[in-house]
Amino acid sequence: MAFEPKIVGFLCNWCSYTGADLAGVSRIKSAPNMRIIRTMCSGRVDPAFILKAFQLGADGVVVMGCHLGDCHYQEGNYKTIRRIPFLKKLIEQFGIDPRRLRLEWVSASEGDRFAEVVNEFTQEMRTLGPLKLPVHELMGKNGERAKHAVHE
Amino acid sequence: MVTIKIDNHEVQVPEDTPILKAAEKAGVWIPTLCYSDLVEPYGVCRLCIVEVVRGKRSRVVTSCNYPVREGISVLTNSPKIQWLRKSIMELMLSRWPNVKVVKDLAKQLGVEKPSFISLERDEAEDACVLCGKCVQVCKDLVKAEALGFAHRGIKREVVLPFGVNSERCVVCGACVKECPTGHVKMVIEDYRGKKPEFTLGPKTAIYVPSLQAVPRVPVIDTESCIHFETGGCETCAKVCEPNAINYDMKDEVQEIEVGQILVATGYDVFDATHMAQYGYGRLDNVYSSLEFEMLLNSTGPTGGKVQMKNGKEPRSVGIIHCIGSRDANHHPYCSRVCCMYALKFAHLVHDRTKAAIYQFYIDMRAFGKGYEEFYSRLLDEGITMIRGKAAEVAEGYWTDNNERTLLIRCEDTLIGKFREIPVDMLVLCNAIEARHDSDQVRKLFSISKSPDGFFLERHPKLDPTSTTTDGVYIAGCAQGPKDIPDTVAQAGSAAARILSLISKGEVEIDPVRAMVQEEFCSGCRICNNLCPYGAIEYLEEKKISHVNEALCKGCGTCVAACPSSAMTGYGFTDAQILAELDGILI
Amino acid sequence: MAKPRLALYWAASCGGCEIAVLDVQEKILDIANAFDIVFWPVAMDFKYDDVRRMDDKSIDICLFNGAIRNSENNEIAELLRKKSKVLVAFGSCSMEGGIPGLANLTTKDDILKFVYKDSPSTVSTNGGTYPQTHTKMPEGEIEIPEMWDTVKSLDQVVDVEYYIPGCPPQPEQIWNVVSYILSGQPLPPSGAILGAGEKSCCDECTRTKSEKKLKQFYRPFEIQAKPDECLLEQGIVCMGPATRDGCGALCPKAGMPCRGCYGPPPNVSDQGAKMISALSSVIDAHEADEIDRILNQIADPIGTFYRFSLAHSLLRRVDKHETH
Repeated sequence: MAFEPKIVGFLCNWCSYTGADLAGVSRIKSAPNMRIIRTMCSGRVDPAFILKAFQLGADGVVVMGCHLGDCHYQEGNYKTIRRIPFLKKLIEQFGIDPRRLRLEWVSASEGDRFAEVVNEFTQEMRTLGPLKLPVHELMGKNGERAKHAVHE
Repeated sequence: MVTIKIDNHEVQVPEDTPILKAAEKAGVWIPTLCYSDLVEPYGVCRLCIVEVVRGKRSRVVTSCNYPVREGISVLTNSPKIQWLRKSIMELMLSRWPNVKVVKDLAKQLGVEKPSFISLERDEAEDACVLCGKCVQVCKDLVKAEALGFAHRGIKREVVLPFGVNSERCVVCGACVKECPTGHVKMVIEDYRGKKPEFTLGPKTAIYVPSLQAVPRVPVIDTESCIHFETGGCETCAKVCEPNAINYDMKDEVQEIEVGQILVATGYDVFDATHMAQYGYGRLDNVYSSLEFEMLLNSTGPTGGKVQMKNGKEPRSVGIIHCIGSRDANHHPYCSRVCCMYALKFAHLVHDRTKAAIYQFYIDMRAFGKGYEEFYSRLLDEGITMIRGKAAEVAEGYWTDNNERTLLIRCEDTLIGKFREIPVDMLVLCNAIEARHDSDQVRKLFSISKSPDGFFLERHPKLDPTSTTTDGVYIAGCAQGPKDIPDTVAQAGSAAARILSLISKGEVEIDPVRAMVQEEFCSGCRICNNLCPYGAIEYLEEKKISHVNEALCKGCGTCVAACPSSAMTGYGFTDAQILAELDGILI
Repeated sequence: MAKPRLALYWAASCGGCEIAVLDVQEKILDIANAFDIVFWPVAMDFKYDDVRRMDDKSIDICLFNGAIRNSENNEIAELLRKKSKVLVAFGSCSMEGGIPGLANLTTKDDILKFVYKDSPSTVSTNGGTYPQTHTKMPEGEIEIPEMWDTVKSLDQVVDVEYYIPGCPPQPEQIWNVVSYILSGQPLPPSGAILGAGEKSCCDECTRTKSEKKLKQFYRPFEIQAKPDECLLEQGIVCMGPATRDGCGALCPKAGMPCRGCYGPPPNVSDQGAKMISALSSVIDAHEADEIDRILNQIADPIGTFYRFSLAHSLLRRVDKHETH
């Protein structure tokens, strides 16, 4: 069977999630590879979520927010445009192709663009192939032992 | 008050009233030429002469500027006056034999043919009769003083100072209006003043914005009002009995604090010049729907008469639907209101003229209550419905009288034929589109737009009047094309929403909020300037940061930024999102 | 009543933790009095076999420092786990890999190649002599432990009851833990981090903090930092905000930025990611080029933000395969 990438999409509630909704309502077809996590703002997306996604086996991660200047919270996405490039540098050092992390602006009216981004990114991940990280092997047998880190 | 006797009438008038006015009151006619209510009497034409008798003395005066005095009696038609007037009239007629106003007056005064031959005879129909009204009105009323007399005696003439176009002229046209012979003409060489919203008909500088304006009071267009150019005129103030005209009022920007806002900023109409094939702005008698609406209006430029530019009634009228809407090149959506107003146009044109009416439609959408019935009625009235969007409009000629007309080329899809239909008048049903400044408005209220450019409602079915910004509602065409009943319904619903909040007195806010877990915060202050709402404050005494929950909108930017995860976001905690990740990546 | 039995062990560690234990100074005598020290290779003569002969769970407390770097570290970790009631990851290395964990930036092969062949001080003949786990000698075959490709924390190989962070743990914190245990109070729930606070390093730092806006990063030697102001506000990348407190903010007080040895604060799963999130939030730039310029001033993100926690971070090690 051909490789189908697992993609995690972090979508801001006001623009991109609504845009995704519009794509759905408009019956615009897009690749089913993306699993969506809604956050109120792209500024809520903690880099740790993205690393966690890679750790748990995501082949690519897309963060989508409102276009610059259109943020429902005025400037949340300006934090995102600094976090994602920073994180790209980090994952590159970790040996992950930075193309596997993408930041896209999709407004509430851009259902077609949402589908386009998803399709295009999915296609790119197909070309890049599955992401195999050492941490997948390392965690494989014993499961995640580092329990102490998060005990919320 | 003084009492005077004019001919056989006694009349009581205030002191200093000119005799002419007093005569008017007494119902006695005195011929005038240079007299105008608008300006100071000038007494130059001498036609208004009367004989004033005081005791045994009598003298001949110009009644327009001779004030009444107690005890005088006035003879307006004594033999002496008759003889003098005739002489004056003969002099005028000999000099300007073809000017209508002179000829009419002469006829009235019984002068058939002058007994003189003027050496300065001017045979023009619109010759200047040197009444000076233009000069006076420019000086006294407009206060521009752009016109004046030059030379003396027989060579006297009205000129622009030094014969050149005057910078003082405000192009008000008062001189043109006052000129009794049509000698003064306005030639617009340069486009001046602001572009009128519609090019149909004249508009005065003081006007009621629209018949439906609320409050329905006139406004002054300060850019074209003479008073604001020269300080003169004030005619409107003179005629306004309740003294409601106030030239000192200024536009002012007021700041009003409100808790909720209904955005009902309306729409723009599609500019049909973008579809050059229909000739709008290029060919005569091609109108946009709003222009035609104005034309049909009883207070419109033609008083509601359907007529062409040449004043004739059209033989046929074409109405093309979907101009700019349902069109992949412009707006893909349906403007919703056009089908029905096009039918209304057809009905009104049918009612007022004998014109044949053709409608060119893609689909008829008579979707509302009573709409389909109206459509049926129109079909019975004999409107020709052609299914097919017109391809283009060309110029043509009627074969019988060689008059110009418009030719609509279209495919009639119901009979499967191409047709050319001559119409004298064409109405384009322009699309409703989002306002040109909707992007600024959108950003102002931080609301979204749908792909068509109209403001986006929170939910298309369950919440069609509120937006993603709390307290901001939308109604009417700002949200999408809709007709009046739908607009009223939406606006009413929005108003009800607003009122319900007002009566409640308190607002519910989403529980999605950030909160500082004080036991983990060490006061590094990284979060302190991240909040666009200023919800994060630093508590100096505790050396920790704190979130004001009423100000926080729950975006979570600070939650992601907090390096020690002391900031937590209700509804979207780290643990919740990580659990989601865990779930979706099994 | 018999004294509680105490074991101390060092795996892949520098020995600093051992020194830290001695740095409790005269209280070491109290420790010696209070405990029956059954195993402490660095200070006393024990053999692994001594431990193997002990009954399971016969050691009351084992303080284990150092990361798991090779098969010997792993073997002894498993052994001590079996013999101990309470196994404590002592110090950054055993808690989260520590400085040895930075070996996860590269591979075993690359390390061996450099050390035994490519380093300028090595004279290599026959393409270099690499250490072998088994070597035949006239006396018989001898065996040395095998170095692992990936450095691990103690809790990545065995279950651990408690953690005492720090590189090294501060002596007073060590004494706090020891005296708490000696007081006989009930022990905290398993998984707890002892000898440290619940907040971040900033809590203990005496520098004045205000709102932050960064336009430029400096390395400590590049500027003369003002003595009383937050180092981060001056552009020096200080891990303090994303590091657990407990050390007394020694480094920032001395003018050096925090390196993060006490590990992430409670609730933080990945110290480096969190610091990146925090730092990028306060970078004062809105244009992509400007952002890039500022970010490029941080030459080595992993070395900066995961100095002690790489082996225990979400991704644990660098992948040398995908992009190369």
